[in-house]
Amino acid sequence: MTDAPLLQARDVTKHFAGRVACREVTFELWPGEVLGIVGESGSGKTTLLNCLAGRMTPDAGSVAYASASSGVVDIHGLSEARRRLLTRTEWGFVNQDAREGLRMGVSAGANIGERLMAIGARHYGDIRGVAADWLDRVEIEPDRLDDRPTTFSGGMRQRLQIARNLVSNPRLVFMDEPTGGLDVSVQARILDLLRGLVTNLNLSAVLVTHDLGVARLLTHRLMVMQGGRVVEDGLTDQVLDDPRHAYTQMLVSSILPV
Amino acid sequence: MLPVLRATGLTKSFVVHAQGDLALPVLRDVALAVSPGECLALVGPSGTGKSTLLRSLYGNYRPDAGSIRVRHRDDWVELVGAEPRVTLDVRRRTVGFVSQFLRVIPRVAAVDVVAEPTIRLGTSETEARRRAEFLLGVLGIPSRLWSLPPATFSGGEQQRVNIARSLIADYPILLLDEPTASLDDDNRNGVVDLIRQRREAGAAIVGIFHDAGVREVLATRIHDVTLPQTPAQIPVGAHP
Repeated sequence: MTDAPLLQARDVTKHFAGRVACREVTFELWPGEVLGIVGESGSGKTTLLNCLAGRMTPDAGSVAYASASSGVVDIHGLSEARRRLLTRTEWGFVNQDAREGLRMGVSAGANIGERLMAIGARHYGDIRGVAADWLDRVEIEPDRLDDRPTTFSGGMRQRLQIARNLVSNPRLVFMDEPTGGLDVSVQARILDLLRGLVTNLNLSAVLVTHDLGVARLLTHRLMVMQGGRVVEDGLTDQVLDDPRHAYTQMLVSSILPV
Repeated sequence: MLPVLRATGLTKSFVVHAQGDLALPVLRDVALAVSPGECLALVGPSGTGKSTLLRSLYGNYRPDAGSIRVRHRDDWVELVGAEPRVTLDVRRRTVGFVSQFLRVIPRVAAVDVVAEPTIRLGTSETEARRRAEFLLGVLGIPSRLWSLPPATFSGGEQQRVNIARSLIADYPILLLDEPTASLDDDNRNGVVDLIRQRREAGAAIVGIFHDAGVREVLATRIHDVTLPQTPAQIPVGAHP
């Protein structure tokens, strides 16, 4: 086991127009861990994710990240330029809506290649080869390399977004409802793909979902949020099999049996 | 042999908030210890906390008080209140759990479901698959099913895939929750043989076995969860 956390959040707090979106959230994420943040809409989980990923500035608290390039950095203390460089080279962010995470006007190959060029790749043939390989890994026919994502189905777009994020070998990936809004059969394929990639690449990840089944399949640990606060946390199977907080018990007992 | 798993003072209630914070006490001041080569059978009527105890030993249920110490990586690790990564590491290397139910992973072939735990410990994929196929064979899963995802298998087949997955990594401590429930005679004997071999190879085992014949073969000691709790020393056969 390694002896330093990858990400450390301390008392992260964010308000919107006087309302608390997330309050005093503190946790550590260790290398190789997949942390799920669960809760209902409005519980503050996406706001927390955006604060962790440097996309939103918290009103209070800090987020420290053990970077490969320059040691432990305070994410919100970095200049915009350095933060952007860091997020592009060491992190990934998978949006619920693939259209927000992709460039819809350029080809699938260019969407993947862009991340490679951001970390210094220049040889066109190499970039194209890696892009084709990643299309294959996310189960998109390589002959779609030159097609734009506008011609793709929702599930294919999501898989392309995953490829775009993982091609640069990020150390930490943030995911916001990666299977939200997709058909169940399409979801299963993406979950299976993510599960394989997370295991094989030994990724660390923070995943927001309202779907406890997704959390069970993909995460090691859970934080349960209600009204902006973390009300319970622990190993995923502990939280789901032995829920203690009234809100967690309500969430777990609300799952429809199949 | 010194124990490799030692629990003391385990206490656990379930509080049901939807029922006006109704508290259901299940474990009170439970103690047990198990050494390599031993198999401790938990006995007691339904609802007396056998499964709760077993799940607590795995770190799945969280006791309210007490201690569970496990010999792990040549050291002692406390599981009660442990950080998630500590419990995960203990499960990855030291403690295996066999339940009746397989949590099906979509689209993953049976042989890969079985091989995964040992690949995570560094066994090569070829060797892991060879062992997985051996176990599936011993457990009577027809080879034509090995490359299929277990989602479509019968309940008994899924159960045996799960047993193979739980036994492949040679964990020094095994927790068994009714491993042979609902299996037919042939398959039950296959499972019992595998578990006995693990015990004879030095695994420390705690299990719940409703089948008296299975318990007779596997258990070296009986732990009655309804008796006042000290580490049980009742020999097999003395139990009614």
